[in-house]
Amino acid sequence: MNDMTVMDKTMEKQKTKIAANGVNVHYGESHAIKDVNVEIEDKTVTAFIGPSGCGKSTFLRCLNRMNDTIDICKVTGDILLDGEDIYDKRVDPVQLRAKVGMVFQKPNPFPKSIYDNVAYGPRIHGLAKNKAELDEIVEKSLRRGAIWDEVKDRLDKPGTGLSGGQQQRLCIARAVATEPEVLLMDEPCSALDPIATAQVEELIDELRSRYSVVIVTHSMQQAARVSQKTAFFHLGNLVEFGATGQIFTNPEDPRTESYITGRIG
Amino acid sequence: MPVFWLVLILLALSVAGFFLGRQRALASVGGNSKNLHSLPNYYGHNVALSGLVPALGILVIWLLAQPFFIDGRVSGLIPDSVIPESSSRGLVMSDVRRVAEGLDIVVASGGMTPAEVRALDAETTDVRAELGKLGVALGSDVRPEVLNAAQAYRSLSSTGKTAMTFVVALVAALGFAYAYSKTHKDFRARNVVEQGVLGLLIFAASLAILTTVGIVLSMFFETINFFGLHNWTDFFFGATWAPNFRGDSELSILPLIWGTLYISVIALLVAVPIGLFAAIYLSEYANNAVRSFAKPLLEILAGIPTIVYGLFALLTVGPMLVRFFGQGDNGILGVEWMAGATSVLTAGVVMGIMLIPFVSSLSDDIINAVPQAMRDGSLGLGATKSETIRQVVVPAALPGIVGAVLLAASRAIGETMIVVMGAGAIAKFSVNPLESMTTITTRIVSQLTGDTDFASPETLVAFALGLTLFVITLGLNVLALAIVRKYREQYD
Repeated sequence: MNDMTVMDKTMEKQKTKIAANGVNVHYGESHAIKDVNVEIEDKTVTAFIGPSGCGKSTFLRCLNRMNDTIDICKVTGDILLDGEDIYDKRVDPVQLRAKVGMVFQKPNPFPKSIYDNVAYGPRIHGLAKNKAELDEIVEKSLRRGAIWDEVKDRLDKPGTGLSGGQQQRLCIARAVATEPEVLLMDEPCSALDPIATAQVEELIDELRSRYSVVIVTHSMQQAARVSQKTAFFHLGNLVEFGATGQIFTNPEDPRTESYITGRIG
Repeated sequence: MPVFWLVLILLALSVAGFFLGRQRALASVGGNSKNLHSLPNYYGHNVALSGLVPALGILVIWLLAQPFFIDGRVSGLIPDSVIPESSSRGLVMSDVRRVAEGLDIVVASGGMTPAEVRALDAETTDVRAELGKLGVALGSDVRPEVLNAAQAYRSLSSTGKTAMTFVVALVAALGFAYAYSKTHKDFRARNVVEQGVLGLLIFAASLAILTTVGIVLSMFFETINFFGLHNWTDFFFGATWAPNFRGDSELSILPLIWGTLYISVIALLVAVPIGLFAAIYLSEYANNAVRSFAKPLLEILAGIPTIVYGLFALLTVGPMLVRFFGQGDNGILGVEWMAGATSVLTAGVVMGIMLIPFVSSLSDDIINAVPQAMRDGSLGLGATKSETIRQVVVPAALPGIVGAVLLAASRAIGETMIVVMGAGAIAKFSVNPLESMTTITTRIVSQLTGDTDFASPETLVAFALGLTLFVITLGLNVLALAIVRKYREQYD
C-alpha cells in the first residue's frame, strides 16, 4: 500500500454494479450535480475526488437515496443498481439502504453498547433467528471491520467510549452487518489521525474482496492508495473518470492535472 | 437626619468623587491621558465607588442590626412582674414599640415638645388618653414600666441614629480620601474597578442564595413551633386530616401526600405521552410550515393562567366525566360511580393538559439537540423513520426527557389552583380516581386564609406542610439531576 504501486494495480474488468446516466441534482435553486454519467464496478474501490463543494458527497448520497431526507433536494436521471432503477416508485428507499450501506465522515456510533451498535441493522431487518445467530453476525461483522480483537472483551461497553479510529471501524462493522452489496464512504478518514487512517485504509482494501466500495476523499494520496478507479468532480461536473493509475499519472483533462498537481482546489 | 438624606448625600459625594478623581488622574500626567495606566474614567469610578460602597454597606448592616440590639437592651428593662399571665415578653415588647412610635408621631406632628414627652409620667398622666387626643390610638392603658421602656427605646433609637449618621459619613469620607490620595498615573484603577465588578456579581449571586436560605429558615422555625404544639408522630404517621378549633385536631400529612401524588401521577400519565409525541411530531416529521404554526399554538397553552384551567376543570371536564361515569341510567355508561364534578381524575386530567406544553417544548429542544449524524447513521442502515426515533433518537435524548418529566412532576406537585377547583376538599385515602381528594397546597391555602391565630397548631401546620412539600420537590429535582448524570456517563 503505497504510491509506488499505483501503476501495478490489477485492472481486470469487473461487472458493473451501479450505472448512473444523466444524473442532475438541484438543491432548491442551485444546480449541484450536472449531468453525471458513471459506472461503478463490483469488487472495486472507486474514489471520488475534487475540491470542496464540487458535489462529490452529494452524488454519493444519491446512490442510496440519503438525499431523500432533505426536503429541497431534487434528483433526476437514472441510477441503476444491478440494472434496476433505484429511483423507481416501486423501490423502497429503506430496503435500498440496507443493500447500499454508508459510512459517514464523522464516526457516529449510536449511544448504545458496541454489541447493540453492530446488532442494530440485523435486528431491524430480522437477519437473525435467535441470539446465537445474532452473536455470530456481530462477531463476523466486527472481524470484517478489523476491530474484533480490540473490543471482544467489552462488547457491552458504550461504543462512544472507543477512540476515533476504533469508532470509525465500528461504524464500518455496523454497515457491513446488514450484508450490503455496496459500501459508500463519505470521507471516512477525515476525522482520524494518521495511524487510524492507515488502519481504515487497510480495511477498505480488504473489503474490496466482498463489496463494491465507493469512497469520497479529499486526500489524493488516499485515493491513489486505496482505489482502482477514480472520478474527478469539479463544480458539479464529472470531469474525468478512469483507472486510478491513469488519472494520477496521465490525466486527459487539464483541470484534472491542475487539481492533482495542486494548482486548483 | 433621615436615612433618605444620608443616602442622597452619599450619592452626591460619589458623583463629585468621580469628577475629582478623573481630574486628579489627568492632572498627574499633565492632561495627556496616554501616560495613565488606565482610562481616566476608571480613576473616577474608583474614587466614586470607594466613597460609596463601604459607607452604604455599613448603613445597611446598621439598619438591620440596630432593632435587634435595642430590643435586647430594652426588653431587659421590663420586669417579669409586668408580663401578664396569658401574655409573653414578646407581646409586651410590641406594646413598647407601639408606644414609642406613638410618642415619635406626637413629637413630629407638633402635639408636644420633646421635653414634654420626656417628662410624661404614667402615674400622673393618662398617656393613652393624651396620645388619643392627638390621634395616636393605643390598644390598652400604658403602665409605668411600659412607658419607661418606651422612653428608653426612644432614646436608644435616637442615639443609634446619630451614631449611625456619624459613622457612615466618616467611612464615606475616609474611603473617598483614601482613593483620592491614591489616584496617580501609576495607580492601576482599571484592575480595582474590575474587582468591584466581580464583587457586584458575587453580591447578586449570594443575595439570590441567601433569599432561598431565608425562605427555608423562616419555614423551618415556624415548623419547629408547630411541632412544639403538635405531636410529630401524628403529623407524619397519622391517618386523618381533621382540623378543628377545639384543640384536638388530627393533622396528618399522609392523606394529603396521597392526594397530591395521586393527582400528579394522573397528570403525568396525560402529559408525558401526549407532550412527548407532540414533540416528536414537531421536531421529526412536521415541515416548516406546520411547525411555525403549531409550535406557538401549543405554547399558548403554557400561557393560560392556572385559574382558567381550574374553571375549565370545574365547568367542562368535571361535568363531562360525570356524564360518563355518573348519573346512573341517564349517563353514557349507565353507571353510578361518580357523584360530583370534583374528583382526582378531573384535576389530574386538566393538570395534565396544563403540563403538555411544558413537556413538549422541553422535549422538542432536547430532541433537536440530538446530532443529525445519529439519524443519518440509522437511516443509512435501512431503518425507517420511526425505528430511528424509537431506537436511536429517543434513547439519546432520554436523560433530557427524564429531566423534563421530573420538572413537570415538580410543577404538578406544587400546583394549587386547578386542584382547589377540580379536586374537592376532602382529605382521605382512596384508590378510586372518581372521588374527591385534596392536596398539600390547597390545605396550606385553607389553613392560612380567614382569621388566623399564629399560635395555634391549625395555622402553623401550614408551614410544616410547606416545608414537607419543599423537601419533596427538592428530592425530585435531585433525583432528576442524578438520573441525567447517570445516563450522561453512559452515553458520552
